[in-house]
Order: sequence, then C-alpha cells, then structure tokens
Amino acid sequence: MFDTLTDRFDGIFGKLRGKGKLSEKDVDEALREIRLALLEADVNFEVVKSLVGRIRERAVGDELSKALNPGQQIVKIVLEELTESLGGEAMQVTFAAKPPTVVLMAGLQGSGKTTNTAKLANLFKSQGRNVLMVGADLARPAAVEQLRTLGRQIDVPVFSEASDPVSVARASLEEAKNTGRDVVIVDTAGRLAIDVELMEEVRQISEAVDPMYTFLVVDAMTGQDAVTVAESFHSTLALDGVILTKLDGDARGGAALSVKEVVGRPIAFASTGEKIDEFETFYPDRLASRILGMGDIETLIEKAEAAFEEEEAEEAAQRLIEGTFTLDDFLQQMQQIKKMGPIGNLLGMMPGIPKEVRDVEIEDKQVDRLEAIIRSMTLEERANPQMIDASRRGRIAKGSGMKPQDVSSLVTQFNEMQKMMKKFGMSPQKAKSKSRKGKKSKKRRGGRTTSKGPAPMADPTVLMNESIDELSSLRLPGLPDND
Amino acid sequence: MDPVLLIILIVVAVLVVGGAGFAFLRGRTDHTPTIDPSATDRADSVLTKSKPDTIPDLTDPESVSVDVDEPLVEAEPEPEPEPAPATFRERLGKARSAMSGYLGSVISRGDVNAETWDELEEALIRADVGVSATTDILETVRATADEQGVKDGAALIELVKDEMKVRLGGQDIDLAEGGDPSVWLFVGVNGVGKTTTIGKIATREVANGRKLVLAAGDTFRAAAAEQLTMWAERAGADVVRGAEGGDPSSVIFDAVESAAANGAEIVLADTAGRLHTKTNLMNELSKVRRVAEKGAGTVTETLLVIDATTGQNGLIQAREFTEAADLTGVVLTKLDGSAKGGIVVAVQNELGIPVKLVGLGEGKHDLIPFNADEFVDALFE
Repeated sequence: MFDTLTDRFDGIFGKLRGKGKLSEKDVDEALREIRLALLEADVNFEVVKSLVGRIRERAVGDELSKALNPGQQIVKIVLEELTESLGGEAMQVTFAAKPPTVVLMAGLQGSGKTTNTAKLANLFKSQGRNVLMVGADLARPAAVEQLRTLGRQIDVPVFSEASDPVSVARASLEEAKNTGRDVVIVDTAGRLAIDVELMEEVRQISEAVDPMYTFLVVDAMTGQDAVTVAESFHSTLALDGVILTKLDGDARGGAALSVKEVVGRPIAFASTGEKIDEFETFYPDRLASRILGMGDIETLIEKAEAAFEEEEAEEAAQRLIEGTFTLDDFLQQMQQIKKMGPIGNLLGMMPGIPKEVRDVEIEDKQVDRLEAIIRSMTLEERANPQMIDASRRGRIAKGSGMKPQDVSSLVTQFNEMQKMMKKFGMSPQKAKSKSRKGKKSKKRRGGRTTSKGPAPMADPTVLMNESIDELSSLRLPGLPDND
Repeated sequence: MDPVLLIILIVVAVLVVGGAGFAFLRGRTDHTPTIDPSATDRADSVLTKSKPDTIPDLTDPESVSVDVDEPLVEAEPEPEPEPAPATFRERLGKARSAMSGYLGSVISRGDVNAETWDELEEALIRADVGVSATTDILETVRATADEQGVKDGAALIELVKDEMKVRLGGQDIDLAEGGDPSVWLFVGVNGVGKTTTIGKIATREVANGRKLVLAAGDTFRAAAAEQLTMWAERAGADVVRGAEGGDPSSVIFDAVESAAANGAEIVLADTAGRLHTKTNLMNELSKVRRVAEKGAGTVTETLLVIDATTGQNGLIQAREFTEAADLTGVVLTKLDGSAKGGIVVAVQNELGIPVKLVGLGEGKHDLIPFNADEFVDALFE
C-alpha cells in the first residue's frame, strides 16, 4: 500500500528544503505523486486528469515561488482544489410550499438506498416533519419488509402495495394526503445504470411523483465506474444531490469527487455507520483530506465533542496540560472516548501518524486490561501513583488479573505521557506548525499567552495536530524503526 | 503491550485536549445547520398509523404483477439451469466496448511508444485494476516485449492479455467439499450481494440434486432472514433462522447440526455485511468460522463477495477478511453493469485469492464459474 500523500511529499521535498523554489521537474514529480494518490483513492481517471491540470497551473505560477515550504504549499493547493471540486456550499434542503415534499432515492444495488431512506426519514422526523416512507422496491426479496422493520424502529409509517413500482409511487401521494404526511421518501429498487428497462421504470416513477429532490445513493467504496453511474442516473432523473454511504469504512471515497464533477450537484449527506442516526451533513474539506489520506481531524474533534461531558472534559484537559491529570481522570475520560469507537479507528483518523504506529493493533481487550488495572487501585493510588510500592503493586496485579510488571509499566508510561502533554500546554496559539520531524523546537519554546481568566485553550486543531506530531515522532520500544 | 499502552494513553490525552478545546471554541465555530429547521413547523404530532394491511407477498410470483423486467420475483425466461459460457461475453458487452474505446488508438497507431504504455496503463486503471497491480503487470509485459522485440500495438495488447490470463487463471475454482456437512461461508462488506449469491448457488445445487441447508447468519440487517428464506423457498432448500439481533455463530452452528441430522451435504452460511474496519465485527466473523466447525461440519469454502463496482478499497477488504476468516475464494458480483471488476486482478495479484464465481444479473441462474480467459478477453476486445 502507498503511504499517505504527505509522507510521500516529505520524501520528495525533503531534499528541497531551504531551496524555497521548485523547478518544473520538481513540480512534475509532485504531480505524479498526486495523480497516483488520487487514482488510488478511486477518483475517476478523467477527473484526475483535469484536477492535476488545474493544480499544475497553480503550482507553476507565482503562488508557489513565494512559498516558504514548497511541499506544504503544494499540499495546500491540492487540498483547496479538492475541497472546491467537492462543492463549497452545503446542500440546503427546503420543503415544498404545498406538501408533500417528495424525495426520490435511486442508485445501484447494494448502495444503501433502503437504509438511507430510513435515515433521511429519521432526520426529517427529528425536524418535526411527518414522514411517509414508500417501499417501491418490489424487486429485491424482502426489501419492503426491511423498510417496514426500519419504519417500526423510527416510528415512521411505510406505504407499499403489491402492484408495480410506478403505481406504488403514485398511490403513495394519495396516501400521504389522506394521512397528513408532509414528506414522502420513495425507496426504489437498485438498478444498473445500463439497464435500459429499469432506468425507464425509475424515470416513470419520477414522473409519477414529481420529486422535489432526487438523491443518488453512492457507495463510498465505488471505483472508476462511479462516473458512468452518475452520468446515466443524472441524464435520466436530473439529480439534485448525492448521498454518500459507507463512509465509516476506510475507503478514501474518491468516487464522491467523480460524481460531483459529473453531476455538478452537491453531496448532501454522508452515512457514517450502521445505526439510524449515523447520518450527517457532508463536509467537502474533510473528505478532501481523506481522499489524500491525510486523516480526518475535524470528524475526530466532532466525535470527541459529542462524546465528552463538556465541563468535565475541559477540566480534565486543563489538568492534563498543567500536569495534574490523575489516573482517575484518565479512567473517566476513557469511558467517554470509548463512546467514540475503538481506539484503533480513532488513531486511524489522526493525520500524519507514521505507518508503524498506525499499524499497531490496538484491541479493545487491551484497553479493558488497562482499565482493570486502574480500577484495582484505590482512589489515593490513582491520584498519586508514586505511592504504589511492591506490596500495593502485588495487590493491584491480583485484583486486575495482571502481572505486577504490567502495573509498573502503566505507571511509567502514564508519567511519560504526562510529561509529553505538559509540553503542548505551552504552545503559542498560532503555532499551526503542521511540520513534523525536525521542527519540534518551535513548539517547545514560547510561553502561554498572558490573559486573564482561565488559561486560554489553544485551538484544538492546533493542539491535536501538535500532540499528533509528537505521537508521530515517537520511537516506540518494540516497533520497527522508521527508515 | 508496552508500545500499545503508551499509544492508548496518548490517544486518550490527545482526544481529551482536542475535545475539550473544541467545546471551548464552540462559540465561534458554530456550524450552520444544513436543513433549516425554522422553515418547518414543529408540530410534534402523534403519528397516525396508516399502514396498509396488504403486505405484498413477494414469495408468490402471482401476487406481484410487475410490467417491467422483474427477474428476482419471476423466474428467468430462459430456464436452462446451466447457462452457456457465452453469457459471459454477452453480459460483458458494455465493459468490452468501453475498454476498446481506450485501446483503439493503441491498435491504430501501430508502433509502440511511450504514449502506448500510458494508454495501456489508463485502460487498466479505468477498469479498477489499481495502480500497483497495473504497474506490476505492465512491467512484466515490458520485459517480455523487449525480449520478444514486440513493436506493434495490437501484439502488445495480446501480451498484456496473456499476462493477465496467466495471473488470473490456472486456479482450482470448484467449490470444495469434504465436510460432513461442508460449510460454505459467505462474507463481505454491506450490500455486495451475499444473500443473493447464496440464493443463486442454492438454486444451482438443488437443481444438481444436492441437499442443502441455508443458514441465515445475517441477524443484523432488517429482513435479511426473510430475504434468504424467500430464496430458500424458491430453490427448495431448508433454512435455519435465529432471532433478529441474535448470535450469528449459534444460528450457523444450528444449521450445521440440522444438516448433519437430516443428511444434507452442504450448508450455505450467510453473514451480515460488515465493514472490515470494525474490529468487533471482524472478531465476530472469526468466531462464526470457528464455531461452524465445532459440530459435525467443516468449513470448506470461505468466499469473499465483492461487488464489481468496488474500487481500490476491495484490496484492503480482501486482506482484512482473509485475516479474520481465511478466505478460499472470491465471488465477483454485479459484473453485468458498466463496472469492470478489475479489482479482482489486484486481489489475485497481491493475495493470491482466486475468483471462483461471477454474478451476472439478478436472475437465479445468473451465477457462473469464473473463466480467466473470457474475463480478460472480454475486457480487451
């Protein structure tokens, strides 16, 4: 597998540091890497061509020659271009003046239409809408049953009947009127873009219900074919937006870029998990970093924000920075973090983590063991681990079912981490140094900006970036060295 | 545990700082909601139940009269259980014409230059073969071409085809038996067509006079068991189901026991779609595979179902699934669309896992053994 684009850029530009200017040959080399990264991320070949063209134009222009660090500058250009291509503005869903507002879901088989029909319904319902879901997928066995089950889960009625998809769709409008539903979401059967008959069928469904919004449901894992699919559905249905699904996997999601480029309509929503509420507004900039393999720090922060008890976390963070963070704080925060998902996944979202760290398998079991050890300590011991002597250590080990040396290694590592975190607390706010190796001296100097009130918290993105920098420069015992 | 320990500690610390910091900053980084709630009236009215009582009985072809092609519900018009291999080319017609569009200039140009190689690369990448596998294949071909002094575009394409055929072919693609019963386990990410594939295999094997049990191991997705049951009824096979949300291992174990007791030879075990990034679900899969062999049965096939539209993530999927469940083969589905399924070349190239079956449509006979020669020819013609 390729390393991340940033890693590769480090390689290319490492030798150029201090030069401050790029030759055409350097740019070519960088563009080659960009091209590969985009292709590996499943961005369509044609789209890659035009993107790389645009990036080249900007990269060889004035813009770059003024840059202090050309490598970073190119990454910035690429990110900007991607973000722009993915669509700046978020989609604004409004509702029809004369209800019902009809939404049509279309896409290939297995892209997630039925599940996302329910997710969308759930979202509208939470906004106070009276939603009716329509099961017009009469092809896949039990598709309607699946929709009904989901409907029961979110308490939204489902309409379907044993006729044909077009009639079901047409009848659903009447049903919505009779039952006072103001939003109707029509789930259709999956169909191949080249299946003339089925494409005609979905066109008829669309004609029958005259949807205000037609969404194409696209799997984030889709490859080069995404363009063909989008073109075909767009020419048949005139799409209004795209729902990108299965973004909770590790697919880079380049297909989104291809689809956006072809359809020219925004990606409205992203499905980020199997649960009904794992469905959110789409953020182009985040996907841009993801396509480039640069991690997804925004989502990470947002997850953290949702999981943490605000005040408590703030206090804990403060203590962490001041160096008064205790094992008990750790245990409590750990509980919050577990809500965000497996630690290994979270680690994967952090940008710039070197491969050997990222590849360390972190199992939930190991986290549990850690917890067991802390839980076997008294509160006093958690606050002051230095007091743990041989006899206490033995007791804790017994209590947690671990070995005494596990207990001491936890205490040692905890102190290590404390020291490390203390350093970040001192970072100046604006030190948004995304640079890694060799640039760390910058963060170490500089004191806290003086202001009254509680010590100001640095920009979380910066803080995270910096602590991640530290993590990425770690030389971990027992791990292969960086080459 | 040492390095892991420190990583865990730091990850927690980083997140605490980031999470809390964000809360602090929230005032100024407010996100604008996408959907304007002010435009909606917030009448939280009690939902009026409006479900029609007539749930379409999809198992009965008569009850659903669909005017357009409904291959899943109604029997396919062509009833022959053994589809002619010609279907393959026929169905791949689209893919074929698309590919020849890219390669036309390679042939018309005649001689071989740098552009020729670029175009070959482009053609393979467009088919989702991926950059690494493409580079690998073309490097080998380049060496062969130099050696044989190939100077002609058309001949070069032949070389590429031969190379791909060698890489993809020569594998035993028969589904292995030998257990008592044999268990064929179907795994993959969500929405690739696991249940449908099982339905098609069941139809085929029952037609061959085999006795089967289908195990509804997807206890997660709503109505997945119903879907499998409909297939089982259509094929004439038994099905063993568990409670929704129940333990898939025990459902499959029960199916194996039931097969053993009733003298069925093969258990086709469905599993819930899972993204390979979900550690606990992948662990669950390892357990499913272990437990399937606890009783009388032996798992003789663990097949990864991959959708032909899948891009480069397919390779990661294959890697992760083989680690969790020890894959014996790949089923490439939805190849009747415009997607070319080139990712299986990468999977074969890197992991050596052969493609065994190809899905070419929604009909119950649209599943055929993989044929490397035809697959490659169809891509290039």
